[in-house]
Amino acid sequence: MTTATMDEPARDAKAPGPRGSQRRGTTPLQSLRRSWDKHWYAWAMVAPVVIVIAVLVLYPLCYGLYLSFTNANERNVAQNIGPIHIGATYDFVGLHNYWQILSGRDGDFYPRLEWTVIWTVSCVALTYAIGLAMAMLLNRPVRFRLFYRLALILPWAVPAFIGVFAWRLMFNSQYGVFNDIITKVGLPAQDWLGTPFAQKIAVILVNIWCGVPFMMVALLGGLQAIPNELYEAAEMDGATPLQRFFNVTVPGLRPVTNTVILLSTVWTFNMFPIIYLLLGNNTTGDTDILVTHAYEMAFSGGAADYAGSATYGIVILMILVAFSTFYRRQLKTQD
Amino acid sequence: MSTTTERGSAAVPVVPRAARGAARRRVRGRAERSTGASIALHATLLVASAIAVFPVLWILFISLGPSTAWQQPNEVLHHLGLGNYRFVLLHSHFPRWFLNSVIVAAATTVLGVLVSASAGYAVSRMRFPGHRPLMWTFLVTQMFPMAVLIVPLYNLLVQLDLLDTYIGLVLVYCTISVPFCAWMLKGYFDTIPREIDEAGRVDGLTPFGTFWRLVMPLAKPGLAVTAFFSFLTAWGEVAYSNQFMRDPHTTLAVGIRTFAADQRADWGSMTAASVVIAIPAAIVFMLVQKHLVTGLTAGGTKG
Repeated sequence: MTTATMDEPARDAKAPGPRGSQRRGTTPLQSLRRSWDKHWYAWAMVAPVVIVIAVLVLYPLCYGLYLSFTNANERNVAQNIGPIHIGATYDFVGLHNYWQILSGRDGDFYPRLEWTVIWTVSCVALTYAIGLAMAMLLNRPVRFRLFYRLALILPWAVPAFIGVFAWRLMFNSQYGVFNDIITKVGLPAQDWLGTPFAQKIAVILVNIWCGVPFMMVALLGGLQAIPNELYEAAEMDGATPLQRFFNVTVPGLRPVTNTVILLSTVWTFNMFPIIYLLLGNNTTGDTDILVTHAYEMAFSGGAADYAGSATYGIVILMILVAFSTFYRRQLKTQD
Repeated sequence: MSTTTERGSAAVPVVPRAARGAARRRVRGRAERSTGASIALHATLLVASAIAVFPVLWILFISLGPSTAWQQPNEVLHHLGLGNYRFVLLHSHFPRWFLNSVIVAAATTVLGVLVSASAGYAVSRMRFPGHRPLMWTFLVTQMFPMAVLIVPLYNLLVQLDLLDTYIGLVLVYCTISVPFCAWMLKGYFDTIPREIDEAGRVDGLTPFGTFWRLVMPLAKPGLAVTAFFSFLTAWGEVAYSNQFMRDPHTTLAVGIRTFAADQRADWGSMTAASVVIAIPAAIVFMLVQKHLVTGLTAGGTKG
């Protein structure tokens, strides 16, 4: 509504007089023209971002899409060795790469997808549950609340790669503090980052450690926005704490919940540094999620497979877009 | 939101008036709490805080010992010293990496915020063709796995001769920071009352003038938080920097990995470097943390 009035000065200045009489039977060009007169201001304001996104995101995206239809790899792309320029010799192979991946012939996609889904679901669910619990504990009058709040938020305040290195140091099988502790208690030392299964547990733990503060702060904000009268009314009506939780807290948190679940699902699905840095080179590939697997494909020594990596990237993107579209639609029908 | 909460309160079973008094006595209110519950509450919070803080404190603790302290944590208390810090700050590439990271992260932040602020405002206040697709693009761009962009961006930088330069890495980071900043700022501008814009228009300001002279100064907290957030993103980014930068241009996140190389792990230097990196970020973070989430979630709920 405001926008309509906002556009008026521009419209008045740009299109005086005869425009009214031409309104009937406009050609597409004229309607484009009118639309331009009305909206050029808004378009001018978003132009810088559109240009940046077009050049730095859309162009590479199209290029990556193109690569995914070729057999480009380290040996046949254009390169400069010293002063000699060697042209690209890769060929167009159509949907071959997609077929390789989606039919399961490359042998990696479905195991990686399965682990990625397990990883995302368990990380998001646990992070949300712990974050909500912490937020609810902090949302009541407690002594030392500020202290707890700052302590709980600390993992977010340190850059992720430092948190990851800290955990790696503590998990160290020879000298790590965890083994010190459990050997003192009398249990045998564990190889925390040794087996693929242990590695998977470890990366999930570290990711939760990094992710809880965001959830907690977001949900705390949501909790504080729920009007107190609702709780008072519920109390008047004799609702038990459990009833208050399910009938006041949960619906009140819904807008925040929807957003943080969407965001953290996307972030976790694409989480690169935690897996890559925690395990370093000590991984057999079992702990790779789709993103780290695609990265390894493009930049692991030996034969770097650019086309395969790009194909993985496109598939990941399609999965995420499908998920978020579905998710938002689902929310709309819920309302 | 109001509708959902109303529905929520209506769903609470209505207790007949006569039974109400009894029910109130039986049900514990939110304000009151038994001693046992208090102890449990504090115990839970203490355990959670300990888990949250421990890894960071552990790094700090190890860094204060001799360079081999990580192998004998018990020895640290007997040999407290700043040897690791001295080595890291004076005898390693650390200061250079630090400088690289500061330059790249600062440039990314400034560019990201400047470019995206006007777009965030336009999306927040004006309805125009392309409005919804643009919001959708901001969201979807944040979903881009770097796997799909990294090879094309690598080639793009090679063609522009920007590989292994600050400008190149800053441009690459803009793929992350610009959509993100636009999204955050849109959410923040939504919280600024529209009456302010109308006042500006009555006084004869153009929409851009309104934005620049009235709304931007009011949005300073939001801008600061957005800037800080995108600074942190660039500060901690690993994947792009790892491939696009070579010594001596590597950034911190990649550089300090060389301390923890598998063959010759120098965790002493590693921990000292980590502490130096974490302290400034953590202090600023603690100062702005209250405002961090509002912008982020506002963009989503009202989008």
